[in-house]
Amino acid sequence: MPESFIASFKRFRRSHEFWLLVVSLVLCAGLSLSTAQFLTMQNLFDLLTSYAFVGILALGLLVVLIAGGIDISFTATASVAQYVALAVANAYGANWITVCAMAIAIGGALGAINAILIQKLRIPSIIVSIATLNIFYGLLIFFTGGKYIYSLPDWFATGIFWFEFNWGKDTSYGVNLQILVLAVCFLLTWLLLNRTNIGRQIYAMGGNPDAARRLGFHIFGLNMLVYCYMGVMAGIASLVQAQLAQSVAPTVLVGKELDVVAAVVLGGASLMGGVGTVLGTFLGLALLAVLQNGLILLGVSSYWSSLFVGFVILVSVSVTAWSQRERHTKGTSP
Amino acid sequence: MKNVASIVRRISRQLGSGTTGTLAPLLIALWAGFAIVIGERFFSINTLQSMAFQMPELGILSLAMMLALLSGGLNLSIIATANLTGLTIAYLLTRYIPGTEGVAWVGVQVAALGVGFAVAALVGLVNGFVIAYLGVSPILATLGTMTLCKGLAIGLTRGNVISGFPDPIVFIGNGTVFGVPFALIVLAICALPVAITLNATPFGAKVYMIGSNEKATRYSGVDTRRILLKLYVLSSLLAGVAAVVMLARFNSANAAYGESYLLITILAAVLGGVDPFGGFGKVGGLLLALVILQVISSAFNLLNISQFLTLAIWGGILIAVAAVPNLRAWSER
Repeated sequence: MPESFIASFKRFRRSHEFWLLVVSLVLCAGLSLSTAQFLTMQNLFDLLTSYAFVGILALGLLVVLIAGGIDISFTATASVAQYVALAVANAYGANWITVCAMAIAIGGALGAINAILIQKLRIPSIIVSIATLNIFYGLLIFFTGGKYIYSLPDWFATGIFWFEFNWGKDTSYGVNLQILVLAVCFLLTWLLLNRTNIGRQIYAMGGNPDAARRLGFHIFGLNMLVYCYMGVMAGIASLVQAQLAQSVAPTVLVGKELDVVAAVVLGGASLMGGVGTVLGTFLGLALLAVLQNGLILLGVSSYWSSLFVGFVILVSVSVTAWSQRERHTKGTSP
Repeated sequence: MKNVASIVRRISRQLGSGTTGTLAPLLIALWAGFAIVIGERFFSINTLQSMAFQMPELGILSLAMMLALLSGGLNLSIIATANLTGLTIAYLLTRYIPGTEGVAWVGVQVAALGVGFAVAALVGLVNGFVIAYLGVSPILATLGTMTLCKGLAIGLTRGNVISGFPDPIVFIGNGTVFGVPFALIVLAICALPVAITLNATPFGAKVYMIGSNEKATRYSGVDTRRILLKLYVLSSLLAGVAAVVMLARFNSANAAYGESYLLITILAAVLGGVDPFGGFGKVGGLLLALVILQVISSAFNLLNISQFLTLAIWGGILIAVAAVPNLRAWSER
């Protein structure tokens, strides 16, 4: 038992996730020492809440990348799902279940359109998703005129606040909608990828599509599932974002797709398919979140934040690529 | 109508079944369709001139994107590079031009452009080095430099606009030579050497080879890393040219201009027959695709249709054109 534990730790030490974890922990330690506000319950809850939207999308994208595809239409999907679900809720009334069902159905349907175009017309996923990004977004703004929705149903605007507890004097904490949904999505994605047969098939298909086809995998079905999963995640994420922003703005989400891509690939997912973990995605997201949060807490003007983010992305991907090259030249397989 | 159909068929037969074979009939059909709907106004000098004014920015940026795509890569940093370059030039112009005359006046402008291109080349060098020598995948490397350049531009300007340039600079974006917008001439000046380099030089041939199979190219004795480094510098320099056109046309520079162009450049390149996985694509196809996008956009503008519907139509056309080879294969089966 201890030996196998040591062996698995050794394997983990060589992995991309290990280095991410080290960098994140060093960053966290540094921030905890240099500013008192960083390691507080308040800050951690705020961080989770504000990064829930990107996090949920990142999970959907992770599954698509592992399957060997790419999707960048998800911001448009989220905008459509959000707008339609909440406009319908405003006009005809709805509750949590129906509004979630609507967002999930719209997201899933748009994801299915991507899957059909990619698989049936055999167009590369990057082309399809660039095209559908423009189609979904263009049509949404055309039909809605780009109008914001400011008044949301009361129950939606209030949100949820579970497991309330007190910490310190008089601040109470609880699990809000964003944190709850983020946690559920992480759990679901982890289960899908690590504990189901379909998850193994998705890894296998991303790693070698030809072999997967010859083994008799249902390629179309798998792809359909993967792109629908991305769409569903986009639908769910859009509700989380609307609840946090307390409004629906059809024009603000599109353009943020590369932030999500950055988090996922920083987490070690490969654009070639077959590689990527939920833990890695979490760490990639955490690194970006903690970095931006830390800069603000340290009093660095927010104008400079993307310079640091860019620098960290560049250094991190360079170091990873370099260390993998070293390993290749030494002849030990990863 | 029958005549039109036969002309379309004849032209499409002559052009063969490649991308041009799909795009040329499409362009003619669009032109004919819009001519019927809009009438003479569509062919007025004003319309044609405004089309020619609008195309070059997207055109030069698409050329920059195309170069990276041909090698099997991607350059997400073109817009950020262009804005950083534009801001550098704009800063130098507004800082040193006032009060200068004669030779100094000209000198400052030339120097400003020179420094701007040096900045663009530097970004290209970083991209090329990280991609070719460190082996980072192009999408990640350029995502990093994109964020870095944008961060630098925003940090230095605090998101502000720098504006007010001397006449020769403004002329690049707004002047005409015998009725032809100078910016269009700039596009031609860029497109021609790029086309020649790609089609008629060893460097160009190697770029296509790398795009088809990088490993095989390396094993056949080509220094793929040098080629890639050069390619990304070239791509960045084109982004620099786009920067000059952009800052001249708006008579201002900002850290966030043209951001929505980024994915559109990929759309234009792929519509023009560039293989997103590398190895295939011609400058001519790209130019044809740009004209198609511009015709749709201008016609919708004349018809008072929302520019967002234009976006949706662009997306639809990309899928339709990308699906053509496969549909052909189906119909022949």
